[in-house]
Amino acid sequence: MGDVLRHAWVIAHKDLLLEFRSRTALVSAAVFTALVLTVFNFGRDPTAVPIVDLAPSILWVTFTFAAMLALNRAFQLELENQALDGLLVSPISRTSIYWAKLFANCVFVGLVECIGLPLFVLFFDVPVGHVLAPLVGVIALATIGFVAVGTLFSAMVIRTRFAELMLPVLLLPFMIPPLMGAVQVTARLFAGRPLSEVTGWLRLLAAFDIVFLTLATMLFPTTVNE
Amino acid sequence: MTLAQRGRWVTLVSLILLAGVYVRALAFTPEERMQGLAQKIFYVHMPAAVWAEMAMVLVGMASIFYLFLKDPRLDRFAAASAEVGTVFAGVVLTTGPIWGKPIWGTWWTWDARLTLTLFLLFLYIGYQLMRGAVTEPGLRARYSAVLGICGLVLVPFIHLSTVLFRTLHPQPIVLKPSAPSLPPVMLETLLLSFAVFTLLYVGFVMQAYALASAREAGGNAGA
Repeated sequence: MGDVLRHAWVIAHKDLLLEFRSRTALVSAAVFTALVLTVFNFGRDPTAVPIVDLAPSILWVTFTFAAMLALNRAFQLELENQALDGLLVSPISRTSIYWAKLFANCVFVGLVECIGLPLFVLFFDVPVGHVLAPLVGVIALATIGFVAVGTLFSAMVIRTRFAELMLPVLLLPFMIPPLMGAVQVTARLFAGRPLSEVTGWLRLLAAFDIVFLTLATMLFPTTVNE
Repeated sequence: MTLAQRGRWVTLVSLILLAGVYVRALAFTPEERMQGLAQKIFYVHMPAAVWAEMAMVLVGMASIFYLFLKDPRLDRFAAASAEVGTVFAGVVLTTGPIWGKPIWGTWWTWDARLTLTLFLLFLYIGYQLMRGAVTEPGLRARYSAVLGICGLVLVPFIHLSTVLFRTLHPQPIVLKPSAPSLPPVMLETLLLSFAVFTLLYVGFVMQAYALASAREAGGNAGA
């Protein structure tokens, strides 16, 4: 177990280092997030729809698109110079590779969300200060869930035709339960309601995370083994 | 007789039987008091819905077994079942709105079971797109199995989340804790229709399976 985690950390560290050195993906994802938020602002009639009603949807649709971009690059990185083959022949368990990719993706998506959330607050003037801790909690809970599935799928789609198109088509149905939960909880938080009103959704989010983390860890080896 | 021919015969017989079920439904089953004629669509809608979901369960089960046994027949069956599931989900999503317009007053609503069927359809389409996008048969089978298993696990989650969201669908009237509340005549028609749809599923899967084998044989000969 110690080895698995240590190897996972080595690979994740390599991925994140690559990302921070080049910064292309991170900067494009951040700019993309800002642009989607801008599009939302002009995609509504400000005199007819109060922003607080739309706020949870705007936040989560933006995060969904940004996560999709981030997940597409997770294994694309390894295609260059057959780096993936190198990774597979090295004496590292498949579980380590999956967890490494999962961790790196979570950090990447998390960073984009860290940039997106303040921008969202700035653009739409939604006060989040009083609910920041539970909001960050629910963002983390939902993100882990769909990144777990997304990491598994992105390992598959890189070897298909039209990979960039295939990932959203396959992944979006799987993002629906965490997304619905996240939007419902976020809406209650923005409305100043207590979390006890949404325990059902929180349980669903937690169950989704546990089930799909386990399932993806078990299934990942079949997607990369020859 | 080849599998494809047998499949065609089974399909033909079940289509004739389906016509028979409809004669019974229209002529010999009483009209529902509140919904009138619109309720008759229920005899297609419900069995198709059950088989659309069952087909996903079978895709998932075949996928699990495929990963253990690596038998290409299981992969072919999963592919065939997904194809038939797509058709049945399409039938459900067509008959549903036709009934919904006069009864609910709207073609579409984000009701729990509607949403579930819609996502089943998306899953099926995604599954088949994925199959089309991978050329190597072994790889395709493994990827499809992974997707099939994930799909099977996803269905209860979508069901739960859409029920938590809201629902306005007629509540279950046959399979529920208390006794079925459907009148016996209607229940008989429904069960007959369900049996016919089961046969229809078998017939379709046989044909789709035969087609998949032929395609593989053709692919191997061409390579």
